Amino acid sequence: MQREGLKQTNQKKSEKKAARLRFFLILAGGLMVLSLFAPFFCPNDPYATSSEVMNQAPNWQFPMGTDRYGRCICSRVLMGARTSIFSATALVAITFLIGTTLGLLAGWYGGIVDTLVMRIADVMLAFPQMVLAIAVAGILGGGMGNAMLAMGITGWTLYARLARAQVLSLKKEPYVQAAKLSGLSAGRILWGTILPNILGTLLVNASTQIGVMMIGIAGLSFLGIGVNEPYAEWGSMINLSRAYIQLAPWAVLAPAGATVVTVMIFNYLGDCVRDYLDVEALR
Amino acid sequence: MGSYIAKRLLHLIWILFAVSFFTFLLMYLAPGDAAMKKLYGQGVAVSEDVLQKTRERMGLLRPFLIQFGDWLWHVLHLDLGNSLKDGFPVAEKLARGLKGTALLSLVSLLLSLAVSLPLSIVSALKKGSLADHMIRLLSFVGNSLPNFLVSVLLIYFLCVKMRLLPVVADHSFRGLILPCVALSIPICSRFIRQFRAELLEQLSKPYVSGAAMRGVKYGYILKNVLHNACIPMLTVVGLSVGTLLGGSVVIETIFRWPGLGKLAMDAITNRDYPVIQGFVLLTSVIYVVTNLVTDICYHLIDPRLLEEGAGGSGK
Repeated sequence: MQREGLKQTNQKKSEKKAARLRFFLILAGGLMVLSLFAPFFCPNDPYATSSEVMNQAPNWQFPMGTDRYGRCICSRVLMGARTSIFSATALVAITFLIGTTLGLLAGWYGGIVDTLVMRIADVMLAFPQMVLAIAVAGILGGGMGNAMLAMGITGWTLYARLARAQVLSLKKEPYVQAAKLSGLSAGRILWGTILPNILGTLLVNASTQIGVMMIGIAGLSFLGIGVNEPYAEWGSMINLSRAYIQLAPWAVLAPAGATVVTVMIFNYLGDCVRDYLDVEALR
Repeated sequence: MGSYIAKRLLHLIWILFAVSFFTFLLMYLAPGDAAMKKLYGQGVAVSEDVLQKTRERMGLLRPFLIQFGDWLWHVLHLDLGNSLKDGFPVAEKLARGLKGTALLSLVSLLLSLAVSLPLSIVSALKKGSLADHMIRLLSFVGNSLPNFLVSVLLIYFLCVKMRLLPVVADHSFRGLILPCVALSIPICSRFIRQFRAELLEQLSKPYVSGAAMRGVKYGYILKNVLHNACIPMLTVVGLSVGTLLGGSVVIETIFRWPGLGKLAMDAITNRDYPVIQGFVLLTSVIYVVTNLVTDICYHLIDPRLLEEGAGGSGK
């Protein structure tokens, strides 16, 4: 009887977790769709400047007002969503792929491969992430690709270390040994036997990284070494408009609000994935 | 213990060597010509002949490894070269900047600890209560706020709207408030989150329920729990130094605080490579050394770890 009750509450709990995960998946998915089709939602041309409508307060034509070049803030925020969401998810996907591959190889082959990969990871971790990102992006001179490179140069180490540790512990498992004895190639074992078992942990960590990367890229753009003007990006919009905050506070508040809401949704999604799969995230 | 420290120190030397190699490589691969930059900085008219001579004098024509060895030799003597912009020794500039950043970071760190410790204790002890939910929500929101955004919003509401505080930070107490608050919010949020998790883990251990059952006083149990949780918490604090150093670049640029971060941003604008190089090297040395010290403290407080994973780098 009691056990039955416990089972039910557990079931309820996991249902609740699943529902929450679905909800935030839909929200994040909605944001992605919105950013993908951003040009269709823009009320005005995000790049059109005009001296007649500089620093206008929000009105019917410009729902979020205009900046000091007379550009529509609403359209720029929408286009900025594309930049932020696309760059952050792409960056996480790339670092995830590179890091996981290197970690799997290092864990499986050991020896010189392992030493090399882990030594490089150690060195990358010896730099504070943002310091290295600022230096790299600053030297390369901005642009979205360079900003992504700057953030990714340390980002892959997370997945590499995780994947390696997991492979090392799974290597001793009987089913992996059996696969090895049956003559499967290393690639087949890593891909078919080991990867499915460690994917959960890796995905949880990847999902928590989207928000981190978003903040990082926005920070670089804010400093003027990320995505550059005139491209719409929230960080650089805030930086450009902060000098005019007394005249046109909406030019700062709109991209600021968009950043906070988006980062929060993606961070919450990460938490939900973690709760649902019930694995601990590193860091 | 001694052998453990010796091992870690050896590892430290290797890491520092690799870090300086990578930093040098980064600047070596950087686009732009240092000789041209230097001449332009001094306002000298540039001809190809002069350029070639300057490159020769600066040693830019030598093979990469020789340049690196020479640079490293100078770095070991605390000579980081001269700024390309004004010719000042980089080491001197960094030392001056370090003072400002250290003040900012220390105050922010203390502020974060002062706020997050009590909040995380309340949150862990009253798990599931309204207070716990509020604290977790706050730390979640704080974790999603980039610190440049916090600074701009704080400036808007406190300085522009209410005219309470100065926008440009000076070394007075009032000038320190905003940059420190902006720098602490993300760190504070992370502390609350991780401290709470540590405390909850300790609270779920059998020794706590055992002591409670035997009627040991509540305060006494809490003291033990805190003592046991403080070890992993120390690592969290050590790792936050990296966030502080990275965050200070943004904060110092916004509030015009004379520190390492502002120095670095100015250097990036001017493509002043030796200064950027010095900045990256100095911050990572600080970061690596702090983490080594916290790790050693970790092992001093809990000698059991030595037997388990000697030489491992902790978590």
